[in-house]
Amino acid sequence: MAKMNLLQAINSALISAMTQDERVMVFGEDVGHFGGVFRATSNLQEKFGKARCFNTPLTEQGIMGFANGLASQGSVAIAEIQFADYIFPAFDQIVNETAKWRYRSGGQFSVGTLTIRTPYGGGIAGGHYHSQSPEAYFAHTPGMKIVVPRNPYQAKGLLLASIRDDNPVLFMEPKRLYRASVGEVPEDDYELPLGKAEIVKSGSDITLLAWGAQMEIMEKAAEMAEAKGVSCEVIDLRSILPWDVETVATSVMKTGRLLISHEAPLTGGFASEIAATIQKHCFLYLESPIERVCGLDTPYPLAHEKEYMPDHLKVFEGIMRSVNF
Amino acid sequence: MQHRNHLGDINTVHQVKLIDKGVVDIPMLQIMQPDGSIHSDATMPEISQELAVKMYRTMQFIRVLDERMVAAQRQGRISFYLASTGEEAASVGSAAALSDKDMIMSQYREQGALAFRGYTTEQFMNQMFSNEKEPNKGRQMPIHYGAKELNFMTISSPLGTQIPQASGYAYGQKMAGEEAVTICYFGEGAASEGDFHAGLNMAAVLNCPAIFFCRNNGYAISTPAEEQFAGDGIASRGLGYGIKTIRVDGNDIFAVFEATRKAREIALAENCPVLIEAMSYRLAAHSTSDDPTGYRSKDEEARWHAKDPIQRLGNWLAAKGWIDPAEDEKYLAAKRAEVLDELKRVEKVPVCSIEHIIEDVYDTPPWHLQEQLQELKDHIRKYPDAYPKTASRVKE
Ligand SMILES: Cc1ncc(C[n+]2csc(CCOP(=O)(O)OP(=O)(O)O)c2C)c(N)n1
Ligand SMILES: [Mg+2]
Repeated sequence: MAKMNLLQAINSALISAMTQDERVMVFGEDVGHFGGVFRATSNLQEKFGKARCFNTPLTEQGIMGFANGLASQGSVAIAEIQFADYIFPAFDQIVNETAKWRYRSGGQFSVGTLTIRTPYGGGIAGGHYHSQSPEAYFAHTPGMKIVVPRNPYQAKGLLLASIRDDNPVLFMEPKRLYRASVGEVPEDDYELPLGKAEIVKSGSDITLLAWGAQMEIMEKAAEMAEAKGVSCEVIDLRSILPWDVETVATSVMKTGRLLISHEAPLTGGFASEIAATIQKHCFLYLESPIERVCGLDTPYPLAHEKEYMPDHLKVFEGIMRSVNF
Repeated sequence: MQHRNHLGDINTVHQVKLIDKGVVDIPMLQIMQPDGSIHSDATMPEISQELAVKMYRTMQFIRVLDERMVAAQRQGRISFYLASTGEEAASVGSAAALSDKDMIMSQYREQGALAFRGYTTEQFMNQMFSNEKEPNKGRQMPIHYGAKELNFMTISSPLGTQIPQASGYAYGQKMAGEEAVTICYFGEGAASEGDFHAGLNMAAVLNCPAIFFCRNNGYAISTPAEEQFAGDGIASRGLGYGIKTIRVDGNDIFAVFEATRKAREIALAENCPVLIEAMSYRLAAHSTSDDPTGYRSKDEEARWHAKDPIQRLGNWLAAKGWIDPAEDEKYLAAKRAEVLDELKRVEKVPVCSIEHIIEDVYDTPPWHLQEQLQELKDHIRKYPDAYPKTASRVKE
């Protein structure tokens, strides 16, 4: 075990993957010698050479097209998109190509060895274009997995599993926690399961569900609620697609209440999908309407960032609304 | 150009003939030498004393602003800044050759063009402090300026997006019969985006009076130009799209001025785009989030310091007797004081009240946004301490 922040844990996972499998290549804007604008790929070029860790020209569309081709050839492609806000030039390559490669070829070809890493989320005074959480756009696309870690330990294990999973994976990294989140991480190789949620804290009155950086907020809100005598079960969804309905539904059948929270705007956010599915599975167990505490239906602001964010106070209020329904 | 891609017009050869780079040697226009003297065979553009001094003072102002705001960011007073040190001649010289009616679509390192148009120190500060006096309402990060009255389109961070937009804007100007062009600034890094290719091709095919002004400053954050493209810079691409192209010394403000003046003349007279590649160097860090010591040498930086565009014009002006170098220190001191005073004053101006959070998403806020605002206001009233920027002004 070693103390690592989230970036170091990602770096450690990449080193592990590249050491264990020569076919693994890491590329994107500024990821080479510089080690990426956040330094997630520090020292990889020194360790594994310029042919396996390299800068690309500044074109996300190009990066993803290249990554698709590389992965379809059988190499293990790990493409970095510098900010999730800049993934949209690559939308076509991801949505129409990555996600449909296997299906359209009847399984003859696939890009299962592709992993897309990208930092997402707000709380860093980044305004519209360094703050967005675009998971829902991709969750509307069958054919790829979406994974979001909440801390360094989760990041390393989930990233290694994503790289080795035989499906393309969009791995979204909570950049607000890159340096802020520090924890014990095994130096050895390990994987954590995809498609499995984790119960972070058990409780009996309400289920709080989130992922990534929002988990911190949920835990803080849960503490406030506990002080008012409300017992919260806190779940980290970890995989947005496919997602662990069973764990969530089992919890909601126990607690009778569900609150889902994400930074992305409310309308069409992934919380809507969860709410629809859970009300179907748990209709007769629900004591109150499913609560969503999310970003506003506006672009991500700057001066009003604090007001926009679904912070612990808004989550706490949501919890109280639910239990007092 | 009239026989685009028409097979019948192609000469045949009977042995493989590789067309390699170097077939077309694209030279760089330079009028003023690094020491400030004019090449003996160069044609000096017509520039009045007033204009030359305005260009010089604008560059000096931007240099001061950049220094101060980088310092302000280090002190935690603003969240972010991005300097244009070393590249002032490219943005100021090109803006000086335009008409105020021309639309400017910039990338983010063209504060010189904006200052030349008349954006004031106070306006710069309002934007950087995201306050309620700022016409973009504090919605974007520092340096994402936008000023409708100055025909300066609000900056967007996603790189390259303004390139095809400039083609469309210029087409609209042409259709409306305006005697105006659109200038579109972008970096050599942004020119790798698909939008660059789409935008230039469309401008050429649809005859758009746009000037595509590439600042080739050698780097895109840490990525050197050698890792960005293998061809002869950005200029060589213009030929591929059938676009008239000029490569210019970006640190020679007279060359930049003349290239842009000429480009504008052609764009208007012939209804066509022109590509300019200005060769320069980003002496500054990419932004306050960057530290270039990890990817380039002090020697390299020193070589470019020696080509400083401000010094170059200063030498020329002094030799001409159009400025008194002793005035420089006074001017710089006055500008430093002005920037500092405005900074101190403007940092106390509040941000927009919370109602603005739902404005401009649409022309008018639909019911669901009004509902969300109401909930938000109720919430802020309940926890005023958690939202210090807006709480005191939340009523009803
Ligand atoms: C679509 C997109 N991808 C990535 C980024 C992140 N980014 C911001 S500036 C920059 C480098 C741009 O370099 P260049 O175009 O050469 O302009 P310069 O900074 O040198 O003026 C990058 C990669 C972005 N803003 N937009
Ligand atoms: Mg550049």
